[in-house]
Amino acid sequence: MEKRMLKDDNDRVDGILKVTGQAKYFAEYELPGLTYGVLVTSTITKGRITALNTKDAEKAPGVIAVISHLNKPSATAYEQEGGPQMKIFYTDRIFYNGQPIAIVVANTFERATYAASLVKATYAKEEFNTDFEKALKDPKAKKLQGQADYKRGEENAYKNAEVKLEERYFLPIETHNPMELHGIIADWRPNNQLTVYAKTQGVKATQGTIANVFKIPMENIQVNSEFVGGGFGMALRTWPLEIATVMASKHIGKPVKVVITRMKMFTMVGNRPAAIQTIGLGANKDGKLTGITHRAYGETSTYENFTEGVVNMAKFMYQCDNVNTSYAIVPVDLGVPIWMRGPGEATGAFALESAIDEMAHALGMDPLDFRIKNDPETDQQKNKPFSSKNIKEAYKIGAEKIGWNNRKNEPGSLVEGPWQTGYGVSVGVFNANRGKASVKGTLKADGSLLLQSATSDIGPGTGTGMTLIANRLMKIPVNKITFELGDSSLPPAPSQGGSATLSTVGSAVNDVCVALKSAIAELAANSNMDATANFVDVLKKNNLPQIEITKESQGGKEKDNYSMYSFSIHFVQVKVHSLTGVVKVSKIVSVGDSGTIVSPKTARSQMLGGAVGGIGMALTEESIIDHRYGRYINNNFADYHVPVNADVPEIDVNFINKPDPYINPMGAKGMGEIALIGFSAAVANAVFNATGKRIRTLPITPDKILA
Amino acid sequence: MKSSDQKPNQGDSRRDFLKKSSVITAIALTPGVAVKAAESNADERFAELFEKIPLKLTVNNKAYQTTVEPRVTLLDYLREELHLTGTKKGCDHGQCGACTVHVDGQRINSCLSLAVMNEGKKITTIEGLADGNTLHPMQASFVKHDGFQCGYCTPGQIMSAVACVREGHANSRDEISEYMSGNICRCGAYPNIVDAIIEVKEGGQTI
Repeated sequence: MEKRMLKDDNDRVDGILKVTGQAKYFAEYELPGLTYGVLVTSTITKGRITALNTKDAEKAPGVIAVISHLNKPSATAYEQEGGPQMKIFYTDRIFYNGQPIAIVVANTFERATYAASLVKATYAKEEFNTDFEKALKDPKAKKLQGQADYKRGEENAYKNAEVKLEERYFLPIETHNPMELHGIIADWRPNNQLTVYAKTQGVKATQGTIANVFKIPMENIQVNSEFVGGGFGMALRTWPLEIATVMASKHIGKPVKVVITRMKMFTMVGNRPAAIQTIGLGANKDGKLTGITHRAYGETSTYENFTEGVVNMAKFMYQCDNVNTSYAIVPVDLGVPIWMRGPGEATGAFALESAIDEMAHALGMDPLDFRIKNDPETDQQKNKPFSSKNIKEAYKIGAEKIGWNNRKNEPGSLVEGPWQTGYGVSVGVFNANRGKASVKGTLKADGSLLLQSATSDIGPGTGTGMTLIANRLMKIPVNKITFELGDSSLPPAPSQGGSATLSTVGSAVNDVCVALKSAIAELAANSNMDATANFVDVLKKNNLPQIEITKESQGGKEKDNYSMYSFSIHFVQVKVHSLTGVVKVSKIVSVGDSGTIVSPKTARSQMLGGAVGGIGMALTEESIIDHRYGRYINNNFADYHVPVNADVPEIDVNFINKPDPYINPMGAKGMGEIALIGFSAAVANAVFNATGKRIRTLPITPDKILA
Repeated sequence: MKSSDQKPNQGDSRRDFLKKSSVITAIALTPGVAVKAAESNADERFAELFEKIPLKLTVNNKAYQTTVEPRVTLLDYLREELHLTGTKKGCDHGQCGACTVHVDGQRINSCLSLAVMNEGKKITTIEGLADGNTLHPMQASFVKHDGFQCGYCTPGQIMSAVACVREGHANSRDEISEYMSGNICRCGAYPNIVDAIIEVKEGGQTI
């Protein structure tokens, strides 16, 4: 069954494969002689391994090898000085609880799992701290600058304002938890030839990382990752467990598959780090902002620093002459974090967009009016005009659709039995990027077009978007266009992250299509054909089975001249139960202002997904650690609550759908991040409007409502 | 230490058991022979003789007769033995629904069922839902309503959705949401999933 069965051009090009079970994810490739690896993890949080007994595991049925720092399998970069501190199997040091310390390889999954339980480690324990708030309070604990301090106008101007507020906001650790478990299949063959089937947001990045660790040429490594079962940022790097699997395959000379457990998804593949933020806002009585101060602390690990854009939004989102920000990171004894959807901006937007709502309330203003009043015409941080920004129109559309006029400015005004109703709004914003990518286009005499690029699709619908771009330019039917991705041997493209794939790879698709069209026109002219002749006729007349063009594409000076962002507005209606403290999000209206919408169906789905992720961030998600032991205690789906179907109301998605004249040929800006950024604040603001209770610590659980 | 350098295995508890066990003599193998077999890495034969259990079941209308270790879940059996990888592993704890299949017409989490518990049963997986090249109406409806993004939870969602309609639990948006809440979608396609189910339900076809 192929995509030609699709009934609608806007359907996902890989939809049939996904609904029939034919879409193959990394763990589903059959390799002759495939073996199974299971990771053994540390049971202490900090210290050293003093002994590791692998004998029982080695003797267990079906076991092929047990690999650890004791037998240090060859990994050239790890044998050298420098590099990362946490070199897997090249150190006896334990940096966090759940760190992989050995891999057991056997000929079945069950045997490997059992044998892994037989590996026994003894440790020399050291004092540790996994408690971020404790580290923050401890004057002896390290605080590292995460981003250069920013100042425009007067520092802390809010303190002298007519109306001022200063509040503190807390975001706990969240865990990405894509539905597909992480892992890899590594197949190291003679002469240092390696094939991996990976779960990655960037096949070129995975190829580069492995080449770097094992010091073999990039071209010796083939990375395949056609279907990825969600990533949300966690597959933006090659994790130690993946290096361990490659080591194991090299060591035993057979393909090794590792699929980690859901519990290990909390400790081995990163998290959204906890953050504590203070926002100071000052305004005059007329409702003009006169000072914004945003200070943030984010969590990081002791063995590697991690930073993200927590305080970015405060610098440009509102018209204000006095703005200062600072951002520091605080190491604790946990695994290193990684960007999670909307990365730091989602963290920052929760604080800033809550504070904006609080200020509107302090001024007695409608928060929508307050936002509109302080909406900037130009970017004061970069001192440049915005390339495109239709925020006011977006506010208007959203307000109308949610029924904002039903909202009462006085909190707790809408009561029906035990249920209190409230409305909230917030803004999301994220850099609109365009990077560099190459695409190869092959136009064939059978009327088809093949496009190839080493980009990824973790779910947004990369192939669908690219196909639609080509379809519109080339006037070739969608069912005659194939877009290939997820293969490191294809022309290079960056990793799928930072909402840049459509802009970056789409531009290269655009450029290659334009080049193919002019090549056909030239061929037509040279063979005395009409300039508008069909490419099939032109190719046939010239006895050409096909023509191929590869184009590298990247942006130019437009970034120097314009400030480029995607925007989103989230309106929510909540119902809060006054006796149980339950919060139900009962209505959602999202408005995306992200330039041209190339692929309407998948774009809408992206916005739905952001809202659903936002419900989780706002109401349920929190990775909880028992700081006595440094271990996660809710590391499964029964205890770490992601939204389920019954948590999600109907979502009304709207797009401004006006091209950005500068960013790229399509006029399209990214959407993956803005779909989520700010959403949690809209919920918190709605909860305040419903109840009069301002919750500044996520998630907004019933205990906090009732407290 | 490379695997090829390893000394033959000695003295593990299973083989201690074999040395002493009367089971060995019962099948006319002397303990000495049994240990020798183990030492020449004949784990597979031992598993066949002592650990695997015969199993007969039908998957997507195809009969299978095999032997399987009792600790193998139905999910791993489908994925690793039969290579029916449409059924997904999302948590292995019955918490996410990605592994939903039909056993004798009922939806279950296949990660919570051992393969050997399904003796004589009739199993349908996502691969068995379409009629040749014609999609099952629920599959077609999921494509139409974009009831997925990454696609990983999708087979489980569709198997659950078909069961949800057959059970008579698809009479309103709220009811569908409730009866589909055992299937997590981290991409957040829930509203589209409900739309897809409603269309199939309202289409009135026998599914």
